[in-house]
Amino acid sequence: MFWQITLDLLEGFGNTCLLFILTLVLALPLGLLVAFGAMSKIKAIKGTVRVFIWIIRGTPLMLQVLVIFYVPGLLFNVNLFSRLISVLIAFVINYACYFAEIYRGGIESITKGQYEAGQVLGLTKAQIFFKIVLLQVVKRIVPPMSNEIITLVKDTSLARVIVVVEILKKAENWATKGLIWPLFYTGVFYLLFVGVLTLIFRFIEKKLSYFKA
Amino acid sequence: MAYLEIKDFYKTFGNKEVLKGISFSVEKGEVVSIIGSSGSGKTTLLRCMNFLETPDNGEMVLDGETLFNAEKDKKTKEKELRKKRLNFGLVFQSFNLFPQYNVTDNITLAPLLQLKERCKKDKTVNFAEEKQKIVDEAEKLLEKTGLTDKKNDYPCVLSGGQQQRVAIARALALKPKILCFDEPTSALDPELTGEVLKVIRSLKGEDRTMIIVTHEMGFAKNVSDKVVFMAKGVIEEEGEPKELFENPKSEKLKAFLAGINNKEGE
Repeated sequence: MFWQITLDLLEGFGNTCLLFILTLVLALPLGLLVAFGAMSKIKAIKGTVRVFIWIIRGTPLMLQVLVIFYVPGLLFNVNLFSRLISVLIAFVINYACYFAEIYRGGIESITKGQYEAGQVLGLTKAQIFFKIVLLQVVKRIVPPMSNEIITLVKDTSLARVIVVVEILKKAENWATKGLIWPLFYTGVFYLLFVGVLTLIFRFIEKKLSYFKA
Repeated sequence: MAYLEIKDFYKTFGNKEVLKGISFSVEKGEVVSIIGSSGSGKTTLLRCMNFLETPDNGEMVLDGETLFNAEKDKKTKEKELRKKRLNFGLVFQSFNLFPQYNVTDNITLAPLLQLKERCKKDKTVNFAEEKQKIVDEAEKLLEKTGLTDKKNDYPCVLSGGQQQRVAIARALALKPKILCFDEPTSALDPELTGEVLKVIRSLKGEDRTMIIVTHEMGFAKNVSDKVVFMAKGVIEEEGEPKELFENPKSEKLKAFLAGINNKEGE
């Protein structure tokens, strides 16, 4: 019984991991793009992006999942996305906005002197960003990023509102059959996952501790 | 015509006029110190010369080539700007070393990036050979600045004086025609200023053209060939250091020097 339930939960956990990894891989670069938008010198872009960030951060992720899944159908009578894809789109957009604000904070915290030193040495804007600024930004944003990424692990459980069967949904299915302990058992999976992530982040922080910025 | 000619530089930030018609010239191999109280526009002048700020008006000619002309150069392309900037080196008050690179890499970063660009354009350039030249040059500069034993250290473990010496080596590595210093010792503890000034002084022996914004009057007097005194955005007085310090003509310079002597007498 225990093994059967463990295997069943693991199957759901596969979806949890899939959602986590895909969101991360897509939202990390997209967030950087959004961050550049939020810092753009062109006022129209900057304004639009900042309003967008406000909307995304100002409404519940669960609501965003529901909107992406149901609204295309209501408006155009088409089912645009499958359940998993809907969740993924909502997650990527939501997390890109949160990441963007972390990137922006990191980028803006680099002193003007670093840019100017690059300029007087004849570096291009791209060289200044990639060769000088980026690693300093990465170092500074590892702690807030790890926070956000750990939150993402647990946010994946929101996918069940449109019946994407991740681990918590699996456990709920057992609960409706009258078996309550699998629900609590899921905590172990989350804890282990976050434990591994914590070790990875600690490793990255240590790797970057050779310089102060 | 002088090596570097600056004509009629004006610069306004918002409604604050920082430079109000600055003109001066520098001969090749000359060391010019710019002195004056805070807010007199010294740093802004230096930043204009290094293309970190764009003057609202004025012209700059270096070695016969017009580098800047406010009427024609309202918008200079980045590529053009980079090339022009490389005529000058700038050592900052706050060093601005790159923290993630060790001492050697701080010095070789820009030359190596330039080399890579050159290799892309010209396939005949031997990368390994040229790279070795850059590394050798860096070694020489480290020796000159007394940092050979620090070459693998990161900026965070260096003292302010050592960091500033790395910054000087970094600027020299690009072989600028004119090396500028923006209050190079102002961020240093008094006991560390000596080692930095010593390095700058040693460069004078190499016939290098330098412009130094400084608050170190003794240094300005001993090292410079010419001293420029700025007050409220204009050049109030300029001349040979001995003459300028011992026989100040303008009231403002007299007051400035008296203020400094008072402070030193305290």
